[in-house]
Amino acid sequence: MIEIDDITKVYGETAVVDRVTMTVEPRSICVIVGTSGSGKTTLMRMINKLVTPTSGSIRIDGEDIGTVPAYELRRRIGYAIQGHGLFPHRTVGQNVATVPKLLGWDKKKTAARVDELLSLFQLDPAQFRDRLPNELSGGQQQRVGVARALAAEPNILLMDEPYGALDPVIRAKAQEDLLAIQRKFGTTIVLVTHDMEEAIHLGDKIAVMDSGKLLQFARPAEIIANPATPFVAELIGTSERPFRLLSLAKVADHIEAGEAAGEPVDAGASLRDAYAELLWSGRPSLPVRRDGQIVGQVTLGALSKLAARPQ
Amino acid sequence: MKTGLLIRLVALLVLVLFLVRPETFAGFFGLFTKNNQPAIYNQGGLLDLTLNHLAIVAAATLASTIVAVGLAIVVTRPFGAEFLPLSRSLANIGQTFPPVAVLALAVPLLGFGTAPTLVALFLYGLLPIFENTLTGLTNLPPAVTDAAKGVGMTGWQRLIKIELPLALPVILAGIRLSTVISLATATIGSTVAARTLGEVIIAGLLSNNTAFVLQGGLIVGVLAVLIYDALSALERLLMARTGQLGRAAA
Repeated sequence: MIEIDDITKVYGETAVVDRVTMTVEPRSICVIVGTSGSGKTTLMRMINKLVTPTSGSIRIDGEDIGTVPAYELRRRIGYAIQGHGLFPHRTVGQNVATVPKLLGWDKKKTAARVDELLSLFQLDPAQFRDRLPNELSGGQQQRVGVARALAAEPNILLMDEPYGALDPVIRAKAQEDLLAIQRKFGTTIVLVTHDMEEAIHLGDKIAVMDSGKLLQFARPAEIIANPATPFVAELIGTSERPFRLLSLAKVADHIEAGEAAGEPVDAGASLRDAYAELLWSGRPSLPVRRDGQIVGQVTLGALSKLAARPQ
Repeated sequence: MKTGLLIRLVALLVLVLFLVRPETFAGFFGLFTKNNQPAIYNQGGLLDLTLNHLAIVAAATLASTIVAVGLAIVVTRPFGAEFLPLSRSLANIGQTFPPVAVLALAVPLLGFGTAPTLVALFLYGLLPIFENTLTGLTNLPPAVTDAAKGVGMTGWQRLIKIELPLALPVILAGIRLSTVISLATATIGSTVAARTLGEVIIAGLLSNNTAFVLQGGLIVGVLAVLIYDALSALERLLMARTGQLGRAAA
């Protein structure tokens, strides 16, 4: 659990982060959204003491981070950034092994962990371990960056626009990987982005920031349905609201009995994908498939109701 | 690239041959003599002088490197940042002093011989290495230095494991400049009785013997080109080894 308590950071005359208080629950993903200059990155960087707050305090699992030496704290917190920040003169394996080595893990344990992580990110250890980062594609470099952040099994992972430099197809894949890994390890993730779509997709809770102030901190559905300020509404995009709402739920949770014709939709797909398919194929309903079996249908009428503003 | 390497190899062989058996080239240098002057320098072994010349340059450059890199490291640390302007102007002063002036000032203190030459070359070599080390340490990719902090490296670990290895090619470029400048400047040391190849040139000038001047000049020139190229090749190798070939060399 990360408790941010009335924290402020002043540069010169301006408060880049202005009296922010929020609590990130353990094993959840908290996404901080805002435009550039909103203070979102500064807020995140105060959690691992890359930025020293002007006032206020941060506690991790009840321990005030002010009392922990910065380098010790950072070794316990994973850190992945845009442009990956891999050390160009060290191989992929050495990069991933950075924190375990700093912590003094023995060689065998470190090597096993490196291979485990590379495999987890679909990078064949034998093929990639001894390559230099510049021999990898952008997507692969980004995966190595996240693997390095997770190497010492941190409870907390901070991510600063980790997918900013990736093309949409690779980004979508990387997001799915992140969700899978978060479920597997139960890591608490704080992720900074300017992309509301990404925030809604990944976040258990979303913190919206503007001019250093925390405007709203709530679940995605709540933010979409009841934006706290016009700025939050603008970030969501008024014409996008129904689709964003649909994107939060899975087909599996809204299956109706009955039969429908044509190409089926996967139970794991989001309602938004199902809705798009309904509109595109001009059908009133879609069969739903789970593990290769048709288990029911979703209908246009039901989805339209779900897309409406919650009362 | 291949022909370039061949030309350098030939130049090196010719140089070594000339230093070991200078009389082989007596016919060629005879073309530049008048009135039965000797064609080959005869007041000491050329090989001996060349080795001494190189030793002086190496010693001075090594000392400059240690001091300049050390200074650059100190002023790029948080505790030394306020000394950055001061150290910059000190190194600049070292560069603006003409080496002859340094020699003239150093002789009363250190006497004639190798010592004043070493001091002049040392001061002269500081600036290129200092400037390049500063550039190398301050122009690292921001994402890399941020990541080095973020993974929990201490200041010392960041310097040793990340900053110096990545800055090394740029630092080496400074050492290369310094070495070549020193190679040429060391000849002046002979005016205060340091044993360098300047002796050959000065002897030629005094006796109006063009062959001597040419010999001294050519040896220094070929040495400078070969050492410059060798260090450049080492830089490229380091750039590739540190995965930075894409980054522009300074």
